[in-house]
Amino acid sequence: MAQMKFMCDAERCIECNGCVTACKNANDVEWGIQRRRVVTLNDGEASEMSISVACMHCDDAPCMAVCPTDCFYKTDDGIVLHDKDLCIGCGYCLYACPFGAPQFPQQDAFGERGKMDKCTFCAGGPAESKEEEYQKYGSNRIAEGKLPLCAEMCSTKALLAGDAQDVADIFRQRVVHRGHKDGAWSNNPQASADNLAYDAAHKG
Amino acid sequence: MNLLTAQAPGGVPRSGKGLALGILRFMLVALALVLSLGFTQVAVAQADPDREMTTAAPGITADQWRQVRSGETGPNYRDSRADSNYSLINASGETWRQIRNRWVSPFGLIAVFGMAALIALFYFIVGRKELEAPRTGRLLLRWTLMKRALHWTVATLFIILAITGMTLLFGKFVFRPLFGDGVWAWMIAATKVLHNYLGPIFGILLVILLVSVIKENIPKKHDLVWFKKGGGMIGKQHVDAGFANGGEKAWYWLLATVGILVVASGFVLDFPNFDQSRDTMQWANIIHAVGALGLTAVSLGHIYIGTLGTEGALEGMTTGYVDETWAKEHHNLWYEEVKDQTLSEQEVAARKSSGGSADPSATRTS
Ligand code: HEM
Ligand code: SF4
Ligand code: SF4
Repeated sequence: MAQMKFMCDAERCIECNGCVTACKNANDVEWGIQRRRVVTLNDGEASEMSISVACMHCDDAPCMAVCPTDCFYKTDDGIVLHDKDLCIGCGYCLYACPFGAPQFPQQDAFGERGKMDKCTFCAGGPAESKEEEYQKYGSNRIAEGKLPLCAEMCSTKALLAGDAQDVADIFRQRVVHRGHKDGAWSNNPQASADNLAYDAAHKG
Repeated sequence: MNLLTAQAPGGVPRSGKGLALGILRFMLVALALVLSLGFTQVAVAQADPDREMTTAAPGITADQWRQVRSGETGPNYRDSRADSNYSLINASGETWRQIRNRWVSPFGLIAVFGMAALIALFYFIVGRKELEAPRTGRLLLRWTLMKRALHWTVATLFIILAITGMTLLFGKFVFRPLFGDGVWAWMIAATKVLHNYLGPIFGILLVILLVSVIKENIPKKHDLVWFKKGGGMIGKQHVDAGFANGGEKAWYWLLATVGILVVASGFVLDFPNFDQSRDTMQWANIIHAVGALGLTAVSLGHIYIGTLGTEGALEGMTTGYVDETWAKEHHNLWYEEVKDQTLSEQEVAARKSSGGSADPSATRTS
């Protein structure tokens, strides 16, 4: 039983939107919906920094807690999926989600939004057949023993996906390798207090 | 899965013609790779944290992360998603969730079912308010056909909206385990459609109803006395009341304030096509749910008093006419004004069959 997580190393992301494209491609996401997005802060300034965001498959998922139909569920791998047959498109999951992950094909009068769509960690969703699953949710790479295509294709390996422990280990190695106190996040004022590089190097 | 080391594609040419050239090229590439590896090794060996610090991009400061956390987006904020108006972090999402799930949901349930329990208790202890004097059989017109139709339409829509609204909030705890996913999917979809399409109709009719009976509901001094005497329950004496008594006026003004708030917030939720922000929707939802559940609780009182609780009250809203005795006992000031307009049952029947329950345009004291 894994705890699947994404993590975007903002020190590495170069805003190429490769992950966005990979996701669109892997999941045949319908027109107008983009399950992953890249946010850039301070664009054009020296301190510019980008981060790729999609559903973070929260442990205590707000979307799951507010859904009137209770259509979300968590897989054994800690992936948050939802059942489009139950979804009524009320938009509550979007109001609650910290990362703006849920999206809707429409946004019309009388709350007509269609079925909510979001990142599935490339784990598909509930369906009778493989074809139906692909058509509704996109590919199920997890069932094939593969990780999400966005992270697999990230050119700088800024975007990591996998079991939380593995992701943390990789990130820890990077922080150690970077060496300095700010190795995790630049200009962290807490850097000397929570010296990640030190912790990582000494505790392991 | 190999996340650390991305595999670089090898440069082996497949052309059969220039085999020698291919081998040469391959060796060159291999050489370049080996050399570059060697350089990397050197670079790693020389890694100097302080030097790296000075050459690294300055990065995002704590203030900027704080800004992200606050949900603001600055002028140099970019989002690669089409038409996205989202910040990086939806800062108020969790607050909304907590307010809705921790407070609105449980306390709304307590309010509605608590009210139902109180009313049941009241009914069993105090019982129905019977007429004290016998009916005279002379009738007074209280509600014209138009107003009755309006009242019952609004009331029916209210009940449907209350039931569907509560299904949106509580249904998943009851009906999903009870009926299973197949039925639940169908049920919750119908619930949403009913609620979202009937809501606006209810809103418009509510406004018309409120306007049509505003004259009778202007607060007067005697209404204060009515409240002090608990509507006649304290001291067991009759208290003055016009066409509408203090309690009815309170219900009217509750609908005219909270009701309108529920309708207005409902419209905000119902028309996402105007691109309201998530924050606006969160506020609208809380106002809507709190107001709607409050009204639902109070409406139970209104329904009780209008049906089981008071002898003779329901007739007014079903037939349009009330007995003279009822008018005298419950709305004495109104009775004083219209007592010369009483009709016998035959006269009422004659009027109804002639199709006109026309309002005798009596001026009413509120
Ligand atoms: C007084 C009658 C009404 C009652 C008792 C009522 C009750 C409720 C309740 C309890 C909810 C669920 C809140 C939640 O799950 O957090 C809700 C949601 C909602 N209500 Fe109402 N409501 C009423 C009138 C209206 C009106 C007049 C409108 C529209 C003009 C409306 C539109 C909505 C919408 C759009 C939602 C969101 C649900 C969705 O989008 O599926 N409601 N209502
Ligand atoms: S949709 Fe949002 S709230 Fe739900 S698990 Fe994903 S990130 Fe968390
Ligand atoms: S839009 Fe669908 S998934 Fe989201 S809360 Fe509403 S019913 Fe649940």
